[in-house]
Amino acid sequence: MSYCKQEGKDRIIFVTKEDHEAPSNAELVEDDPNDPYEDHGLILPNGDINWNCPCLGGMASGPCGQQFKDAFSCFHYSKEEVKGSECVDYFRSMQECMQKYPELYPQEDDSESAPSGGAEAAPADSTSTDSASVSVPASEEAAAGTESPATS
Amino acid sequence: MFTCKAVWNKLAPLAPLARASSTLCRQGGKRAAVFRHERRPPLVQQAHMSSGPTGGGGENAIYLVLVGAACLGGGVYVYRTVSGDKARYEERVTQISSRLGSPAAQPDAPVKTQPEAAAEAASESTKASEPAPASTAAPVEPTPAVSEVPAHAPYLLIGGGTASFAAARSIRARDPGARVLIVTDEADLPYMRPPLSKELWFSDDPAVTETLRFKQWNGKERSIYFQPSSFYVSPMELESVENGGVAVLTGKKVVHMDVRGNKVKLSDGAEISYDKCLIATGGIPRNLQVIERASEEVAKRTTLFRKIEDFKALEKVSHELKSITIIGGGFLGSELACALGRRSADLGLEVVQMFPERGNMGKVLPEYLSNWTTEKVKKEGVKVLAEAVVKNVSYKDGQLEIKLKDGRAVKTDHIVAAVGLEPSVELAKSAGLEIDSDFGGFRVNAELQARSNIWVAGDAACFYDIKLGRRRVEHHDHAVVSGRLAGENMTGARKPYWHQSMFWSDLGPDVGYEAIGIVDSSLPTVGVFAKATAKDTPRAATEQSGTGIRSESETEAVAGPIAGPIAVGTAPAPPPQQKEDYGKGVIFYLRDKVVVGIVLWNVFNRMPIARKIIKDGEEHADLNEVAKLFNIHED
Repeated sequence: MSYCKQEGKDRIIFVTKEDHEAPSNAELVEDDPNDPYEDHGLILPNGDINWNCPCLGGMASGPCGQQFKDAFSCFHYSKEEVKGSECVDYFRSMQECMQKYPELYPQEDDSESAPSGGAEAAPADSTSTDSASVSVPASEEAAAGTESPATS
Repeated sequence: MFTCKAVWNKLAPLAPLARASSTLCRQGGKRAAVFRHERRPPLVQQAHMSSGPTGGGGENAIYLVLVGAACLGGGVYVYRTVSGDKARYEERVTQISSRLGSPAAQPDAPVKTQPEAAAEAASESTKASEPAPASTAAPVEPTPAVSEVPAHAPYLLIGGGTASFAAARSIRARDPGARVLIVTDEADLPYMRPPLSKELWFSDDPAVTETLRFKQWNGKERSIYFQPSSFYVSPMELESVENGGVAVLTGKKVVHMDVRGNKVKLSDGAEISYDKCLIATGGIPRNLQVIERASEEVAKRTTLFRKIEDFKALEKVSHELKSITIIGGGFLGSELACALGRRSADLGLEVVQMFPERGNMGKVLPEYLSNWTTEKVKKEGVKVLAEAVVKNVSYKDGQLEIKLKDGRAVKTDHIVAAVGLEPSVELAKSAGLEIDSDFGGFRVNAELQARSNIWVAGDAACFYDIKLGRRRVEHHDHAVVSGRLAGENMTGARKPYWHQSMFWSDLGPDVGYEAIGIVDSSLPTVGVFAKATAKDTPRAATEQSGTGIRSESETEAVAGPIAGPIAVGTAPAPPPQQKEDYGKGVIFYLRDKVVVGIVLWNVFNRMPIARKIIKDGEEHADLNEVAKLFNIHED
């Protein structure tokens, strides 16, 4: 059973699982999706890529940042049937750049899965589907794993 | 002047002289040379008044004798005080200069002559001259390295810590090809601080002080450095490298800022001009006055913990010595106490923690929780001395003796002082920037801007939080969030501080909490608790999200739990215990009935909900209903 006590100005409530089973009636303010101040995920409300997203780690800011941005933008805006098929050159130059910094971009198979991972991450942020969210953990790890600490 | 009062009391019976002698006492110190002359006129007037209408000749003579005697007595007294003070002062100066040792060989000379002249003129308290020797020892010794300093940097970041790195990353993300120069007086590349008092101490690797790598609970290893050195370009290449980059100039301190000319001057005289500048100078650890005034032997055995070198020194000391005392009961003090406490059994080390509050985290957690936390800290092997105010520290028989105001004494081999941070605002003077008198630090607006081209982020920034008011925050995630925001605003975003930063702390592997907003124990609180199961520990939290830095668990966790009841198979609830166990729960901190701060106690990965509640800033009638949103009974 839940009970409540007061210690000076501090109130303490102990609750059991049953007490918290009923859904909350606390009212939360509706979020404005177009709030200019709010931090956004990978994709901004206007459809652009948020290069400052913490989920990208330092990919867009490192030595190969420019190549990464070119490749990923091309992929993001690609309207081909096989998404990103016209972006092969960008990905190649990105991979070449990354090979120059093995410490920053450990050469596993990540460089291949990073673009496809990025694609999964994009739809997952806006509208999540079950299949997309399943593959996202792997891709997020790929995107983040190619670089050491990803704070910020 | 204690002795002055005693003398004054003795002279009191001489009623007509009472006024004169009190004036003497007050002015004696200041105008040693002049007093006699000064005193005469009022006394003569007094004599005149008292003896004017009535006065007989005989009375006058006795009166004059008494006056003469008092004069003489006072003069002798003052002379003795002055010379006594001077002797005490000289002794103090020699003590300080012996403490400064060889580096102060030069400053010694000017320091001695200057205060000696001062002693001539006025012998007030010796305290006034103490800052003089201290400040001459302060300037950083210029490194003998060749001065490879670029003349101009479009983005200049002063300070090489978390906020600075976050800003650099943000600038590079938003401004393609940006050229960012970080200038730091440390020898290290930018690194994160939280592991220095937590994870690095739990590492099994004996070479951890060299590698500075820590293993997170889930087995993933990482370095405390944000990026390896290959990430950065060299400062001299910064202007020419094709796609720009981030360069770090180590071992250089910015000593002067010319805001009108948009340039800074370094300690070795080099000048760097900039287009946009960020000040992220952080702060330096505070020290206790009693330790500052103590001898050099005490200073040698005291650590002010903040940087990598402090971690290395303390780690070494923990193997060599038998007893370490931590002064301070806040985040850093408690974390270090727990970290050392865990090792105490293996190392044969006594760990003592003392602080003036009644319990650990006394200024953050409500009293009942602070007491509970203190018990946990004790279980980690720490000897906790609460309500302990240090009176003085001395070096005796090869050990440090800490005497407390209530009479208790502690003998120890080493002291770690974790008593707060002093924001580094030396540049404010030359730059003409405002310093906040309430919170310290540079005063900036809601967009972290101090002046047109100057922003401030991190520990040193006193900023305006639209939701919670003006504040200055000294946490890792705030450094990241404010650094990132400053970087965005330096590239034209014009956004105010909006995304509320959070902080976290672990007290051993079984107690951890995350918090957001204003978490001050002086505010009224409402705590909603459930019983904790084995799954509710910091270890489990990081295993689930795959990261050791908990502020990242929000951004990196993908399929994280969102608000909304999740139907979980019923696990058998442990039998209800008689004693109150604050296993896990949520604590709301209220200001005028609005929730301004939330602590998630052993409840993890719920920060987005907490953030939302603070952002709304609504008055909730029943906080139990709000607590339901957190699903504290689930994992």
